[in-house]
Amino acid sequence: MLDSYFLQQLINGLTIGSAYALIAIGYTMVYGIIGMINFAHGEIYMIGAYTSLIVISGLAALGIAWLPVVLIVALLGAVIVSSSMGWAVERVAYRPVRGRHRLIPLISAIGMSIFLQNYVHLAQGSRNMGFPTLMEGGFTFGDAGSFQTSLSYIQITIFVITLICMAALSVFIARSKTGRACRAVSQDLGMSSLLGINTNRIIATTFVIGAALAAVAGLLLGMYYGSIDPLFGFIAGLKAFTAAVLGGIGSIPGAMLGGLILGVSESMTSGYLSGEYKDVVSFGLLILILLFKPTGLLGKPEVEKI
Amino acid sequence: MNAANFKHALFCAFITLIISYPILGLNLVSAGTSMGLEGASTVTIIGIFMAVAVVFLFQLCRDSAMAKLGQLPRPDFTSNRPPMTEKTRLKIQNIVILTIILGASLWPFIASRGSIDLATLVLIYIMLALGLNVVVGLAGLLDLGYVAFYAVGAYTFALLSQYFGVSFWFALPVGALLAALFGLALGFPVLRLRGDYLAIVTLGFGEIIRILLNNWTSLTGGPNGIGGIPDPTLFGLEFGRRIKEEGNLSFHEFFGIAYDSTHKVIFLYLIALVLAALTFFAVRRLMQMPVGRSWEALREDEIAARSLGLSRTGVKLSAFTIGAFFAGFAGTVFASKQGFISPESFVFLESAIILAIVVLGGMGSQFGVILAAIAVTILPELAREFSEYRMLIFGAAMVLMMVWRPQGLMPMRRIHIELEKQE
Repeated sequence: MLDSYFLQQLINGLTIGSAYALIAIGYTMVYGIIGMINFAHGEIYMIGAYTSLIVISGLAALGIAWLPVVLIVALLGAVIVSSSMGWAVERVAYRPVRGRHRLIPLISAIGMSIFLQNYVHLAQGSRNMGFPTLMEGGFTFGDAGSFQTSLSYIQITIFVITLICMAALSVFIARSKTGRACRAVSQDLGMSSLLGINTNRIIATTFVIGAALAAVAGLLLGMYYGSIDPLFGFIAGLKAFTAAVLGGIGSIPGAMLGGLILGVSESMTSGYLSGEYKDVVSFGLLILILLFKPTGLLGKPEVEKI
Repeated sequence: MNAANFKHALFCAFITLIISYPILGLNLVSAGTSMGLEGASTVTIIGIFMAVAVVFLFQLCRDSAMAKLGQLPRPDFTSNRPPMTEKTRLKIQNIVILTIILGASLWPFIASRGSIDLATLVLIYIMLALGLNVVVGLAGLLDLGYVAFYAVGAYTFALLSQYFGVSFWFALPVGALLAALFGLALGFPVLRLRGDYLAIVTLGFGEIIRILLNNWTSLTGGPNGIGGIPDPTLFGLEFGRRIKEEGNLSFHEFFGIAYDSTHKVIFLYLIALVLAALTFFAVRRLMQMPVGRSWEALREDEIAARSLGLSRTGVKLSAFTIGAFFAGFAGTVFASKQGFISPESFVFLESAIILAIVVLGGMGSQFGVILAAIAVTILPELAREFSEYRMLIFGAAMVLMMVWRPQGLMPMRRIHIELEKQE
């Protein structure tokens, strides 16, 4: 049952899934607080990937090649630029339309997504950019004769960094004053504003946190796939949104769980069926989940009041 | 200009620098196997710093500027006037629309070939937008995968003509009905969902259709698409120089005039015009029928509408199906106009553009939607020199429109009573 091929798909799926989970958190937090789908989130993730590639190339030009330094500086650069972008997007495109008919913010977000895609496209060209190989090799298991399961260093890095981010976020949300304010605002925006919480600031913070995590995912997946282009945020954003819905939108642990499930189901599809249909499977999964359990796996059921 | 303003302005300027400099100012270049960096041109750098300065100054003087802006009179000509009664409105609408149709049907005989081609495209977008207007504007269901039904219409014609040699006139109703069937099949399970979920499910559906078209190579030709889609015929008269099918006559021989490739373009344009007019009148008629009234009732207040005995599923499903039907119409005309279709034409961006047209025009307002369809299709063509920046400007315009005039160019107005707020 647990043969090495299956194990390999599981590892690949968990790798991609944990990165999806990082992006999904941005969707789920924003939705939990202001109830809008931040359509431009996938583009923020793409910008994170681009910035980290720019930083890595810059460091290489300066002759700095020690891996931990490169990784940390690239992460920092991506996080700073992406979260500034997240902040600016919220300020320019979402805050003025907050509270209007629910279609209005969504369309504003779609416009922002088109804008950002073309912004990067014009600045950096539409070609694929090769991500340099920062680390090679890994562990292999299994008999030499048959299929060998491999666990590369990149995959381990992705797991470790994702775990650190998730843990930090959980502690932040559970323990810090801002985190508590975030939870309060997501429960009842009007009430928390009456109680003296600066809701505008909390909403902006949510966008910044989501963007920072998406930037981390951008670096990790850019490294893993080995190439990026201005359009690769769109599909990843959709997948991450699927993950957020799967886990129950508004719930942070749900986004983590949803990301992992989506990643595994996707890599199982490419492993056992065909790589071309993995998107069909994930969207199909989304439709099925919404039909039979619209609140997702860990979401709270919504009571409709009259 | 106090200290807080200054600090805020400084912060905003700094953020602007951070989000523009690394992406715009440092260009990635591939140097062999690795990537190198290259500073951008001086113009770009100056541009970045100009933008930073503008943001700084604007934020610094924001309060006073906004106060002045608020004092300016709003150029809203309709707001003081009570809406017309339904009867006069319809009468005026009839006169306007008949004049437009008359003008539009005479126009191609004096226009250039390129502009007729563009006008056909505009008409296709009008059909699509009027169809989506039923779903989004009237019934209030956000459909982000509308392009899927367009694709169904186009591919129905392409496949039928490729495998069975079916003509345009037969494929037109079949494509539209098949698209409506898809709408029914998708709508039946998903219409129970809340607004945003519905949006995402329809988006997923649109992507699934596109991926299937892209990968089912044996049937659809995959990314290579399907070519050689026949032109429509006029009662059996073909518009080509040579006759493709046995027994048909060609248009120029029948009338004894010289062959001119513009004939075909004009004919296609007229077909699109007739179909767009048909769509317009059909939707307008539906809006006055009980089913149209119930769409709007359900959009305004679902609970109230249901308690008055409207079937939620039935009403939503009818809107969804009818919207899909018109998309199928438009798809067939599109396939015939292009002569070649591939999944490239049915990407999500297309759905976003059609949605943008509906919102830009003013949701529910048919005239507004037509106006917006013309603007969104023609303006980018006029700005050909800026074609690189086309989508950038399009995205920015979508955002600005939502911020400044979310009700659209010509919002739909109904006779209504506004209750005074009680103290």
